[in-house]
Amino acid sequence: MRDPNFLQTLWFLLIGVLWVGYFVLEGFDFGVGMLLRALGRDETDKRMIIHTIGPVWDGNEVWLLTAGGATFAAFPGWYASLFSGFYLALFLILAALIIRGVSFEFWGKDDSPRWRATWEWTAVTGSFLAALLWGVGWADIVHGVPMNAAHNVTASLWDLLHPYALLGGLVTLSLFLSHGAIFLSLRTRGEMVQRARAVARPASLASVALMSGFLLWTAFDQNSGGVKVSAQIVAAGAIALAAAVPLMLARRREGRAFALSAGAIALLFTSLFIELFPNALGSTTSHAYDLTLVASSSTHYTQTVMTVVAIVFVPIVLLYQGWTYWVFRHRLGRDDFEGTPTPLAVLESLGGKGGDRDGQTGGGLTGGQLPASGPSGSSP
Amino acid sequence: MNTLELARTQFGITTLFHFIFVPMSIGLAAWVAYCQTRYYRSGDEVYLRMTRFWGKFMLISLAIGVVTGIVQEFQFGMNWSEYSRYVGDIFGAPLAMEGLAAFFLESTFIGLWLFGWGRLSPKVHLATIWLTAFGTVLSAYFILAANSWMQHPVGYAINHVTHRAELKSIFAVLGNSTVLLAFPHTVFGAFCTGAMLVLGISALGLLRNRRNEVYSRSVRKVLPLALAAAILTGAFGHSQGMLMEEQQPMKMAAAEALYKTTKGASLSIFAVGPFEHFPKRLNTDIRIPHLLSILGTASWNGEVKGVNQLNREDQAKYGPGDYVPILGVTYWTFRIMAGVGVLLVLIPLLGLLLVRRGIFERKRWFLRAAVAGAFLPPLANLAGWIFTEMGRQPWVVYGLLKTNDARSPLVSSGDIILSLVGYTVIYGILLIVGGRLFLKEIAHGPEPEPAEQPQAPSGGDGSQRPDLVLAY
Repeated sequence: MRDPNFLQTLWFLLIGVLWVGYFVLEGFDFGVGMLLRALGRDETDKRMIIHTIGPVWDGNEVWLLTAGGATFAAFPGWYASLFSGFYLALFLILAALIIRGVSFEFWGKDDSPRWRATWEWTAVTGSFLAALLWGVGWADIVHGVPMNAAHNVTASLWDLLHPYALLGGLVTLSLFLSHGAIFLSLRTRGEMVQRARAVARPASLASVALMSGFLLWTAFDQNSGGVKVSAQIVAAGAIALAAAVPLMLARRREGRAFALSAGAIALLFTSLFIELFPNALGSTTSHAYDLTLVASSSTHYTQTVMTVVAIVFVPIVLLYQGWTYWVFRHRLGRDDFEGTPTPLAVLESLGGKGGDRDGQTGGGLTGGQLPASGPSGSSP
Repeated sequence: MNTLELARTQFGITTLFHFIFVPMSIGLAAWVAYCQTRYYRSGDEVYLRMTRFWGKFMLISLAIGVVTGIVQEFQFGMNWSEYSRYVGDIFGAPLAMEGLAAFFLESTFIGLWLFGWGRLSPKVHLATIWLTAFGTVLSAYFILAANSWMQHPVGYAINHVTHRAELKSIFAVLGNSTVLLAFPHTVFGAFCTGAMLVLGISALGLLRNRRNEVYSRSVRKVLPLALAAAILTGAFGHSQGMLMEEQQPMKMAAAEALYKTTKGASLSIFAVGPFEHFPKRLNTDIRIPHLLSILGTASWNGEVKGVNQLNREDQAKYGPGDYVPILGVTYWTFRIMAGVGVLLVLIPLLGLLLVRRGIFERKRWFLRAAVAGAFLPPLANLAGWIFTEMGRQPWVVYGLLKTNDARSPLVSSGDIILSLVGYTVIYGILLIVGGRLFLKEIAHGPEPEPAEQPQAPSGGDGSQRPDLVLAY
């Protein structure tokens, strides 16, 4: 069997980077979404929670779309087998992503408690389901699925839900939950920080335990073709970083805990990608039917074109997305969302008549981000 | 319905639904960018209120467009795996470029625009809405380049070992003559969609006697834009038609329900036939002499090939089979699109005349027409897409791959029924909620003019709340 050439390897790597980027970024907004109702005790809390991810969740999701597009361009055979083979599972994920996406946008558009509760539950359910199913899906990909000689997956949805895959789902669920809780503790002020910490500790401990079990199982999973030392080293790194998260949380070093948690997610998926290489999707029916990267690859010319495009655009994207996180780095507190501003005050703060252009006053939100009123606003 | 029909139904429903909101977003993003620029330059608060009022509609349509767009990125692989394998070497590239160059741009900068009021300097904040608008247009280019390759494959070669199409020139694909016309046609159509929505909502406000400078100024400023966009959409559409006559003659013949090859062909304006795929004869057919030849070939007696001859030619070229799309669909979608296009020129033209005479706000019949006019562009957009996609049948890639050979072999009818029901329910809810939110914002109207504002917040029913909030 031929080994992947340089460009094929590069594109496997790049697609890996896109998935890692996606899980590190959307991982925390899944977590925040799951915690919306558990940590938000009233409208003000919930509004604050949604605002922590409001400016960024949409951009985070584009990492997934780009991973999908890049797979189509660089490995069309992989794109075709994977997404047709995981048809119903992927449908569930897409449905979950749709309902959670609109939840954040729709929630604040009406005041009625029923409206709010509806979109809170869809946000929670969608985040929960997506976080779980991504782990299930990736565990299945690494483990391999029943697939015939034409590289068409013969598994039903139920065949994908075996114990190993479900464990994978619990790993991502717990990791993203803890990642999101740590993110909340970093982006908020006041009592919310305590509540987020209270979730982050147990969630991070659970994720260490689940991830260790899952990676150990992965190491001895004979379907992936023997023990790969490099994958095990990275996996050990993932466990080590994850284990350091609760220690940092105990010392109230949320910033470091968040970095470690991001690192653990990144190394977890890196180790899975190493396990997978040089396959795109293994077949549990027969190793002769494994879909290799080489077999699923697009031509050298297409990959060259895409490499040029990636070299130009990826740094630009990283720059402006990074800048977004810098712009919205301030912690949010309840006081940012309370009280009813007068229309004139809001207009003035928006219009830039005063000197309030860099958000110095108030330290938190200004102008347009202030909620006009709402049930919490005590309008006379 | 068989599996192929189910898969096609699902693709049609998800794509058309997505395409209700996408042109609105493209048009409104450009309009909001325009309003904010005028505010930035003049400091005139009316433009600020316009920016924020229209911004709400842009956000609602963007939100629905974005989430339904996720499905688009994956469904080629899900239901059309053979298609994906066959064309992935070519089709995947513009899709990946769309993600890297356009989706990141629009989704990141819309977040910055929405949450960046007061936090970013006015200049940088203005730049964020322009970058969002630019991202939406760029996205249209890449996806239309991908679609144009399906209509008119270029820059490829067939690999006879792997039995797939391989990319030979990305510049040929991105510079395809088809996309060079489809792009301006679609984008000007989107600008027209946004402009007519602005016009319609403003007219509704004026009809309800809501005196607000936001409405009247929006009308005055948007009318010339709507007119220009409608004319350009039509002009590029006409060029597309002539190009299609060369590239996809069957689609044009089917659009005109022209059976026999004719010199000096007349244009049918109203025809009804038996309710079948390819009716042998038409029951009613009203025609204008020579017009089709003039439009299609730019000459009085130009020859236009008919469906029957083209079908025989295709059979000789590609083997036995039926190469005629569903005539009733192509004929009527084309007429809806073109007919609406004419109305979309007339409404703003009339509006401009009334504005010049300064009597726009008093002509209630015109305001009512303008309200109805807001629904016309989406109708034309959908009809246009149905025409161009169904007119290409039985091909998915014209002349290369039939739709029948494109689907995922092991995805069952049961699977598709489940997802089809799921999408229909979710999208149906999105449509209801999106429509309700539109109505709510319309009912709420723009912020009142400063002179009328109360000095302190008042009104316990919330009806007078300072509705400045775009964010959640």
